[in-house]
Order: sequence, then structure tokens, then C-alpha cells
Amino acid sequence: MPNAILECKSVSKHFGGLTALNQVDFHVERGEVVALLGDNGAGKSTLIKCVSGVYKPEHGQVFFEGKEITSQPPSEIRDKGIETIYQDLALAGNLDVGANVFLGKEKKKQLFGFIAVTDDDYMRHEAAQLLARLDIHIPSLKQSLDNLSGGQRQAVAIARAMYWNARLVIMDEPTAALGVPEQRKVLALIRSLRDQGVAIILISHTMSDVMQVSDRIVIMRRGKVAADMMRADATEELIVKHIVGTVEGAA
Amino acid sequence: MAATTAPAPSRSAATSPIVDFVARAWAYLFLLGMVIFFSLTGPGFFSVQNFSNILVTSTLVALMAIGQTYVVITSGIDLSIAWTVGLAAVVSARTMRDLNNGGMPVAPAMAIGVLVGLVVVLIPGFINGLLIGRVKIPPFIATLGMYGIVRGVAFLLTDGQQVVGQLPDAVRDVLRAIGSGSLVYWIPEQGIAWFARPDDLPPAIIRGVAPLLPYPVIITAVVVVIFAFILGRTQFGRHTYAIGGNEDAAMRAGINVKNHIVWIYVLSSFTAGIAGVLYLFRFTSGAPQAGEAALLQSVAAVVIGGTSLFGGEGKISGAVIGALIIGVLQTGLVILNVDAVWQFIVVGIVIIVAVLVNQLQAYLERLKANA
Repeated sequence: MPNAILECKSVSKHFGGLTALNQVDFHVERGEVVALLGDNGAGKSTLIKCVSGVYKPEHGQVFFEGKEITSQPPSEIRDKGIETIYQDLALAGNLDVGANVFLGKEKKKQLFGFIAVTDDDYMRHEAAQLLARLDIHIPSLKQSLDNLSGGQRQAVAIARAMYWNARLVIMDEPTAALGVPEQRKVLALIRSLRDQGVAIILISHTMSDVMQVSDRIVIMRRGKVAADMMRADATEELIVKHIVGTVEGAA
Repeated sequence: MAATTAPAPSRSAATSPIVDFVARAWAYLFLLGMVIFFSLTGPGFFSVQNFSNILVTSTLVALMAIGQTYVVITSGIDLSIAWTVGLAAVVSARTMRDLNNGGMPVAPAMAIGVLVGLVVVLIPGFINGLLIGRVKIPPFIATLGMYGIVRGVAFLLTDGQQVVGQLPDAVRDVLRAIGSGSLVYWIPEQGIAWFARPDDLPPAIIRGVAPLLPYPVIITAVVVVIFAFILGRTQFGRHTYAIGGNEDAAMRAGINVKNHIVWIYVLSSFTAGIAGVLYLFRFTSGAPQAGEAALLQSVAAVVIGGTSLFGGEGKISGAVIGALIIGVLQTGLVILNVDAVWQFIVVGIVIIVAVLVNQLQAYLERLKANA
């Protein structure tokens, strides 16, 4: 797969006697939105955590941009360009947009030539530009995130991933806690992220989301990849059949 | 720019600028109101001497409240500083006494004494930090344990006495000169004098001499500015807020939360240690119980100043205003001849009102954001 940005080869993971992943092959191409589906316990989260470094697979290899990243620590994998946006978004609600985008990597400037202080104006300005690129408008950049809507917060999490040059973004149920207009906004965000060349793995239970934004659909069942199809070839009915395992000849 | 705020089209009373201003600045307004009230009703309250006295009295609570603010922003609490203050005072006093009695001149003996006092208190802070940051013991429990330990150690160091005994007179003189001294004095009919109260003044004038810039106030002000700066402007401060806002997010963003928590409790011990050394200078006595009564006042000052006990919010300036409110209340009630027990009741009411107002303010903020 010459164009694959991420490639998992024969990845296995066990928890005691339970086989969570059984020799899974999985890949994502550059600028592709892959929806990862499956019932609870099918192995989606375990696979994602093997990619992001939270879990170490017992068997198999993970490659990112052609280099092996298997079992590297999460922080190193993130530095290489894989950002995971969890459902709780991992944002500090008491800080503003700029502080959140730069959290842990604050931009500093020198005061009187020797005292390092945070460069808040710079961080706010950069954050504002990012959000503008994502077509998101926040009334006041000095506002803390607690005062923003769920969709705006999601945008901040995505903006942070973009700023730190993520080439693969893993999103776990990004629309789960949102109202309908906000869901649309987030789907638009996913599209604009892809248009900028970022690959996305989308974990979702919401079939309409999957059908709207994904390029390819991968369905997991009992620790294995049960189906891998282009969105154009998929119907909701077929997807559901794969998820519950009632397709003839399926693994 | 997206940053320009559009005024809300329908502005109800709840979001009016006046209500908003009062909710924001209520602690300042309350302090001002109390000063005016006591000035009108309490004979002698409105005087330079009294204001200077209130400032000096408030330094103890203010210094403890500085470290406590950092701790509370990370949604912790530090109870052990109740005795850290005394530990610093006792260790400093003993070191000064023993070095001076051993033949060391007063100046180096005292400098080393101050240093040793400030360094020794870092130990309980460090242990607090390890227990809370790494072993994950709840702050309340860890620092309650340390409360007992530091208390015991402080009394061990005074050989069970209420103070460190037998400070040399030469040491006492220097302690008094700094702890009760002022950089500038106001002398009635003569203008100002620097560094020391002039001798040979007629008794009528001596009564009117007022310290304009007492050394303890200057020292406290410097500490306040430094730690307010660190909290408000540096990466360390930003990470402190981040941990209080969402510890998980801070960790995932690569902040070393465990180490940061250790630093926070060391810092809390350190400002309490400064309070203890200053206590020694002010009262020329190393007393283990120097900070005991001030612990709850420091927590009160932090809360009155708008710091949320849930973490993530708070400012040093707020804690200082809180300490001043408590200082003004206590002094004012004494001048009005109100029985001392009423102080507790009044301060208690102020704390509860403070929390209510802060909740109201948070509510207004949300209202405004959604307007």
C-alpha cells in the first residue's frame, strides 16, 4: 500500500483469556476518512489504543508514514503526528482558546530580556486564525471554554490537533453529545480537515454521520475486521448486517 | 474581527453592566465600604497609624493565603501550614540563638537563621507534594497528617516550651528594628524621616509618629508581586490553572502533573515559612503556634478573594484583598468594642456571602456568554 499513512499488520492483543484483537490488518490512506464501526467489545477501541500507544500489542506491527511505531509511548506517537481526540476532548474548561491550543507547549516571550512569560496575545491570535480556517467563530477569544458550546469545544480540540501538525486524527464519537446543528458543524469540520490533507479515523455509532463523511468503512466484529468497503458500495442495511454478523460468508 | 463582542440585544437586569461590575469587584467594594463604615463609627480607626497597623497585622494571613491560593487552584488544600509558620519561626530563632551564642556575629547568625528557617519548611511541603501528587493521597488527609507531624516537631524544637527561650539581646534588637520598623515615618510638624524613628522627640509628637512603610508590609508586598506574577504570567502559572481545570487534559497535553503538584505544596510551605520568619521578627519570639489561628483565616481570605474550592479559578490579588478584609473586620470590631466572639461570627458570614457572590458571578458569566 504505497499511499498508506497508517498501516497495522497482523496486530493482536489479549486481556487475560480474552482475545480483543486477533491478527488485525488495517490501514488508512493519506487524506482519507475511515469510519471504524462495530458493536461494543468488537475491538475498535483496543485497535485505536494500539495505534496511539496506550496499549502495546503482543503481536504484529504498526507503521506510520512508513516507519514502525509499534509500542512506542503515547507522547512520542503524538509528536510524530497522530492525535487522538477523546470524547471528553481533554480540554481545560477554565482556560481560553489560545491557552488550550497551546496547552503544555506554551509560546513564551522574554520580559526585560530574561524573564520567560507566556505570550498570550500570540497564542490567541494563532488560535483565532486556525478557527477561521475551520470556519468557526467565537465571540470572545478571552472567554474560557466552559462558556462555549459543545461544537465550539470540539472545534478547539480539532484546531489543537491541526496546529501541532497532526497528519492522522483519531476521533472517538465526536458528535455523541451534541445537538443537531452542532453535529452538522462537526461533520463540516471533519470534511475541512480532510480537505487539508489530514487522514481521519472516525469511531461512531451514528450511521448518518458515517454515511455523510467517510470515504471508506471498516467494520470490526469479535476482534477481527469483518468488512472493509468503500462508502459508495455501502448501505446502512449492509453495515448493520456486518456489525451483528448476519452476512453470509463473513468472518 | 471575531473578537469584538456584540452587545446583547435584550439586556435584562441580570446582565446589566452595574450588576456585572458589582459581582466582579464586590470584594474591593466590600473592603472600601467597611473602611468607610469603621472610619465613621470607630474613634481612631481613620488614622495612618491604624491603617499601617492593619497592614502589618494582615501580612501573616496574606502570606499564608498566597501559597494556599496556588494549592486551592489545583483543587487541593494545605492544612499543614498552620504549623509550618511556627516551624519556620522556631527553627530560625533557634539557629540565630545558637550561632550567636557560639560566637558568630549577629548579622551572619541572623542571615543564616532566616535561610535555615526557610529551607527547613520546604521538607514538609515536599513530603505533602509527594503524598498528594505521586501516592494520590487526598490533600485534606495528607496535609492533616502533616499538620500533626509539624506541630509535634515544632514543639520538640522548643523543648516543649511556648517559645524558643533565651534569645540574645543583640539578636532581639535587630529583630525588633526590622519587624517593628518602617522604611519611612511620618513625624507630625516635621515631615518624614527615613529608616528609623528619630530619638529625642517631645512626647506629644511621639504619639503622632506613624510608620508609613513598615518593613513587614514591604517584604510581603514583594512576595505578593512575585507570586502573582508567576501565577498570572508564566508557564508555571498556566499549568497550575490547567491542572485545576482538568487534570486529565493537563496530563495528556504533556504537563508533568505529578511534579507540578510537588512544587505547588513546596511553594505553599515556602510562603508559610516567610510568614513564620516575619512573625519571629515582629514578635521577637519563635512560637510554634504562630500560624495556628491564621490557617482558617488564610483559607477564608482565599475564598473571599474569589478562588474556587473546586479548582481552576483564583488570583493572588483576591487573596490579598481577602486578608485585608479580615484584618479590617478584626481591627474595626475591636475599636468598636465589640466582643471578640463576634469576630468569628462576622468573618463566618462574610465567607458564606463570598461564596454566594462568586457563584452568582459565574452564573452571570454563563448568561452573558450565551446571550
